[in-house]
Amino acid sequence: MGRALAVIIWILTLGSVSLFFVKKWWFPTAISEHAPALDRQFLLTIIVVGLSFAAAQIGLGWMVWKYRDRGQADRAMYTHGSNRLEVVWTIVTAVIFIGLAVMGQSVWASLRFNEAPPGSFKVEVVAQQFQWNFHYAGTDGVFGRTHPTLIDDSALNFIGIDEADPSSKDDAVHSVIAIPAGRPVELTLRSKDVIHNFWVPQLRFKQDLVPGMAIKVHFTANTPGKYELACAELCGQLHFKMRSFMLVLPTDEHTALIGLPQDQFQTRMTELLAKYQLPANN
Amino acid sequence: MATTVAGTKPIIKTGFGGGSKPRGPNGNGSSGRNGRNAASRIQSSANRYRIGMWVAMASILMMFTALTSAYIVRSGSSNDWQPLATPRVMWLSTALIIVSSITLEIARRKLKGGFLSAQRVWLLASFALGVAFLLSQLFAWRQLVGQGIYVSSNPHSSFFYVLTATHGVHLVAGLIALLFMSMRRRVSSANEMQIAKSQAAADAMTLYWHFLDVLWIYLFVLLFFWR
Amino acid sequence: MSGETHDTHGAVHRHEAPTSFIRKYIFSLDHKVIGIQYIILALVAVLVGMTMSVLMRMNLSWPGTNWPILGTLFPGGAPDGMMTPEFYLSLVTMHGTIMVFFVLTTAPQGGFGNYFLPIQIGAEDMAFPVLNMLSFWVTFVGFVVILAAIFFSGADSTVGPIGGWTGYAPLSALPNSGPGQGMGMNLWIISIAIFCVGSLLGALNFITTLLNMRAPGMSLMRMPLTCWAWFTTAVLALLSFPVLLGGGILLLLDRTAGTSFFIPGGLYVSGVLSGTSVNFPIHTGGSPILWQHLFWFFGHPEVYIAILPGMGATSHILATFARKPVFGYRAMVFAIFAIGLLGFFVWGHHMFISGMSPYSAMTFSILTLSIGVPSAVKTFNWLGTLWGGRIRFTTPMLFSLGFVSLFVAGGITGLVLGQSSLDLPMHDTYFVTAHFHLVMGVASIFGMFAGTYFWFPKMFGRMMNERLGRIHFWITFVGVYCIFVPMHTMGIVGMPRRFAQFTEYEFLATLQPLVVFVSIAAIATVIVQILFYFNLVWSIFKGEKAGPNPWEATTLEWITDSPPPHDNFAGVIPTVYRGPYEFAVPGAPNDFILQTEPDPGTVPATEGTGNGHNGSRH
Repeated sequence: MGRALAVIIWILTLGSVSLFFVKKWWFPTAISEHAPALDRQFLLTIIVVGLSFAAAQIGLGWMVWKYRDRGQADRAMYTHGSNRLEVVWTIVTAVIFIGLAVMGQSVWASLRFNEAPPGSFKVEVVAQQFQWNFHYAGTDGVFGRTHPTLIDDSALNFIGIDEADPSSKDDAVHSVIAIPAGRPVELTLRSKDVIHNFWVPQLRFKQDLVPGMAIKVHFTANTPGKYELACAELCGQLHFKMRSFMLVLPTDEHTALIGLPQDQFQTRMTELLAKYQLPANN
Repeated sequence: MATTVAGTKPIIKTGFGGGSKPRGPNGNGSSGRNGRNAASRIQSSANRYRIGMWVAMASILMMFTALTSAYIVRSGSSNDWQPLATPRVMWLSTALIIVSSITLEIARRKLKGGFLSAQRVWLLASFALGVAFLLSQLFAWRQLVGQGIYVSSNPHSSFFYVLTATHGVHLVAGLIALLFMSMRRRVSSANEMQIAKSQAAADAMTLYWHFLDVLWIYLFVLLFFWR
Repeated sequence: MSGETHDTHGAVHRHEAPTSFIRKYIFSLDHKVIGIQYIILALVAVLVGMTMSVLMRMNLSWPGTNWPILGTLFPGGAPDGMMTPEFYLSLVTMHGTIMVFFVLTTAPQGGFGNYFLPIQIGAEDMAFPVLNMLSFWVTFVGFVVILAAIFFSGADSTVGPIGGWTGYAPLSALPNSGPGQGMGMNLWIISIAIFCVGSLLGALNFITTLLNMRAPGMSLMRMPLTCWAWFTTAVLALLSFPVLLGGGILLLLDRTAGTSFFIPGGLYVSGVLSGTSVNFPIHTGGSPILWQHLFWFFGHPEVYIAILPGMGATSHILATFARKPVFGYRAMVFAIFAIGLLGFFVWGHHMFISGMSPYSAMTFSILTLSIGVPSAVKTFNWLGTLWGGRIRFTTPMLFSLGFVSLFVAGGITGLVLGQSSLDLPMHDTYFVTAHFHLVMGVASIFGMFAGTYFWFPKMFGRMMNERLGRIHFWITFVGVYCIFVPMHTMGIVGMPRRFAQFTEYEFLATLQPLVVFVSIAAIATVIVQILFYFNLVWSIFKGEKAGPNPWEATTLEWITDSPPPHDNFAGVIPTVYRGPYEFAVPGAPNDFILQTEPDPGTVPATEGTGNGHNGSRH
């Protein structure tokens, strides 16, 4: 029984570890600037995780194999433990775990402890049940005034743009986000109703959109393309359908797009969405 | 790695285990439970009411801590925080509950001294003062409603109603307990267990009441002075 | 047994054994009956929860399929047999709520703890038997209310609230934010509030009993580790459930009284602006993140409440069947404390991307990884307990060994999720689902299985069937690995949680074979649990009769009859002379010494005669 248990535990361990090793299903190729550091930290962590997991399971299997009751005449070892061992393995574990934690903070700090660099491309994001609204400031770079009392979904004014405000003349609102490649992007995240979450797997980045708050985040995407955008916080019955796209465009293409007025903006977006393909699954 | 029954020295030094050497019962077990005489065992058994009350108070305190942190967070989360003016009757409430604490403490000491009739009188006095406290709270509520201030009017009024209502609910529980205590039959002085239980129950009850008193003062300060 | 005895009648014996059926089995004050009542409640609740999870798996694996039986049972939620997304989400909500509260917070603590804490410390009952009875029945009412919540939503649907067991505001705070978020959501909150009260009453009892009613000689450091675990769990419950209760009251007010604790202003929901309609009153200034703080301040200690009793049982059972003392008893006690204490300081790791301050996030991250240290220490000590042992592979031992394996599997991924930066890709994906199911949903359940097989002989005077037990173990052990390890991979690819379907996204298409594999494993594992239920019921009537100590164990529950008499020790409170895990003591006649044995030299050698020993030498 002990040997059988040990073998089963080891087989399950091998199977579990190989699922990660084989990488048949793995992270999609990253496109953001912070992703290499993040992926490295993940790799380091998963190696520690994998080794600890394997060591514990191998140890467990070994114990039940070797110390199974085989009808020996003598008894088990009579010991209540070892204080020295306790101290040693507590310290070693603490160093490894807390070390990992501290190492991981630099990626976090680079993303969250500072504001977006000057010259970032700014987009306002307004989420609602169950669509995304991206507000572009246009060539003047100034967002037109919005107010909740001006929202009228049936009239397609999803984010409450004040048409009387001159800055809103060159603004555009679209359900797809288009950002420039290689340039920092600052998103101001808002919500109309409940909590949503902006999530593009290739970005290695997600953030809640909380009603009543305007949360600023920034990142830089480097690889042009079209990527799926999902909502990653339960927001109602059509949470699973709150899908859109993120277009990462070469600078010229992007600047040209932003300069377009609303109606042409829509058409151009449709063209771009057809032009770029989703990345192949790894 | 096997050790024989004859006992070779174990490879690992035995650490501080859970009592590897047989020890006698002295000094272990719940204090008093292993007491050499029945009296200390009785006291120890009755003690559970006191211990239970401290435990219960810790729990109630956590709830009010949660509400306090919600209060503090909410006061800063938006600019719609409009603290209510202190209704004058709240000062009366405070006075009533402080006096009721004093009367209940007197009742407790009367019981300790064996003056059971006196205890009952002071218990009923505390009960009456507690009821008066509740009435003064309801009066304050009515005053506010009369001024058009409801639970949803603004965040401060929301917390006012929630905090006073939660305190009030716990106070009602205390009043019911007080009533039960004052209606209890006298216990024979020969029954040591019952006497110990009575005293422990009285101690626990009084502790609870003082706790509600201090809690009220804290809420009063939080609602009307911290803002 | 020898040793000092104490006549208890005058001092502590408080109530005579009841005679009527109602007093004996329904409104009983006996902690043993109440413990069994909690276990029965959990057994019913887990059946409901498992059924819901199978329905969820079916929907995810074979989307677009028509399930006629669903259409018959739930015409509103699955018209023509096609599960609606809101029905799926209400299953998600109810599965989580029922499992976390009515299974993981009842059976380990209210069930086994209620039954065995008093006996293991040498007491005749809990400190407050009436409160104990109340705590069960209050919990029972809570269960009835949560079941009612499933059936109350819109006029024609059979679907409950859809906010998940975490009920984030404003989705949970706005009745107009989705189907099932009306009356169903109110009932959900009320059920949880009722559960909080029941749980607090229980916690009060556990703490007072342990502090006040230990038998002579039962010092704190001679208590079995199960008692330390139940004690710490009770302290966690005592201090965390009131916060949930407070939050729940505020949420209910937001929903029904127009307050704005969690609801900000300027919301536009389903085409209606806040304050412009009688169905959507004005709200301003509330903070949705405040709900998350209040919920998770409770929620994180709650998960330790779910696992600590299982850890205690594992230590207890490993020592018993390895025939060795627990390795590092004192370190184990400290580890339990550390897990309990640190558990109060890490709630923010559920909120790294919630919009809370990134500096708070960093602090929570570092604290979270430190809580892995006492958990690791416990694992090392479990391995140390096995080392040099003479392991008997009884069914309870198998499940305890499974606990160790699964706890490591689930806990170790905490190293990933606890880092705020790595949480950026992992938050709200199936990686999280894999992590918490392995620790809570599997390791914790294995702790309960182990406890059931171990203590069944004591509770019912009969052994459970070993062969059925082994089949139950093997299939469940392999099954849960097959169910939950692939979910890590799904999370890495980016599969989000709480999606009613995965068909909308191209990047999820490659995962479908894994999804189906997981579902098949889940269905098989759930089916095999029928063996367990059968074994339980059959053994109560037909199991091999058990003596007082079939496992040749050492703690106080094994010195009394199986099942114990009404006052546990037949009027004679035991006196304790030694620690709880005195196995393999050199020079003793047997390889175990009961805690009540003052002079082991005089005890006759009975080694190898306990009937729990049969067939366990492999």
